[in-house]
Amino acid sequence: MARTLQYIEGAYRANIEEQDDPAVWITGAIKGAGGDLAVVLAGNAVNYAVKGQDASGLSFGGRAQTQPPRIADDLSRLIAKGVEVSLVADDAAERGLERTAFVEGIRTVSRGELPKLFAGYDRIFRW
Amino acid sequence: MANLTFLIMDGPYENERTVTAFRLVDSALKKGHDVTVFAYEGAVSLTFAKQAPHANAVHGRDLAQEDHPLPKDWAAALLKTAQENGRKLEWVNCGLCVDERGVGEAIPGAKRGSPGDFWKAAEASQNALVIATR
Repeated sequence: MARTLQYIEGAYRANIEEQDDPAVWITGAIKGAGGDLAVVLAGNAVNYAVKGQDASGLSFGGRAQTQPPRIADDLSRLIAKGVEVSLVADDAAERGLERTAFVEGIRTVSRGELPKLFAGYDRIFRW
Repeated sequence: MANLTFLIMDGPYENERTVTAFRLVDSALKKGHDVTVFAYEGAVSLTFAKQAPHANAVHGRDLAQEDHPLPKDWAAALLKTAQENGRKLEWVNCGLCVDERGVGEAIPGAKRGSPGDFWKAAEASQNALVIATR
């Protein structure tokens, strides 16, 4: 089975409507189907790993959203299922995010280490 | 001859990535490769059967003159191209994405599936490309 890296940098697309991130979601679905995957969060997507985010409270007229996106929790679930999740430390630093802000189990990788990381995978899907 | 898999994600009439994806599939089929397309998120609307052409007063053209391109017709043409070239084109729409958008009426040849189908196709391919929404 090909080892596949999900390189996710296109962030905050349809998160409210989908109540998740589609690239993170499909990672969980494929893992459930037996896939061998890892995740790297880059660019704005590094913010997905910040714990304590709360997107609740959206309401249009009398229609309230009861299951807002909880992407950091989704990442924790992936980690619990054995998916290695990393984020690009340089991108986090540029956004003022410190390591203590992230959910448990997230690894960090520097931009300079990415080529070596990429070389460890048979396939890279860029989202 | 190779097996190639494409995951596409943009909806119709939104982005030139869709046209690029269609061109890649067309080229692959004509070069003798078998292709699987997994349509994810908005891309499931590309094969929605109820797309309809329209006249364009700004262009000064009636319905026939405008000959407005419909993605479902392009997809149908790709399926036909595969057939004519003795190749296989599997077009799989993400079922949950279809349901969300109410676009279950797809053209003949477009099937309903799941991310597992994408994974299996990618595993059976020499190369797989995700063309994600940006």
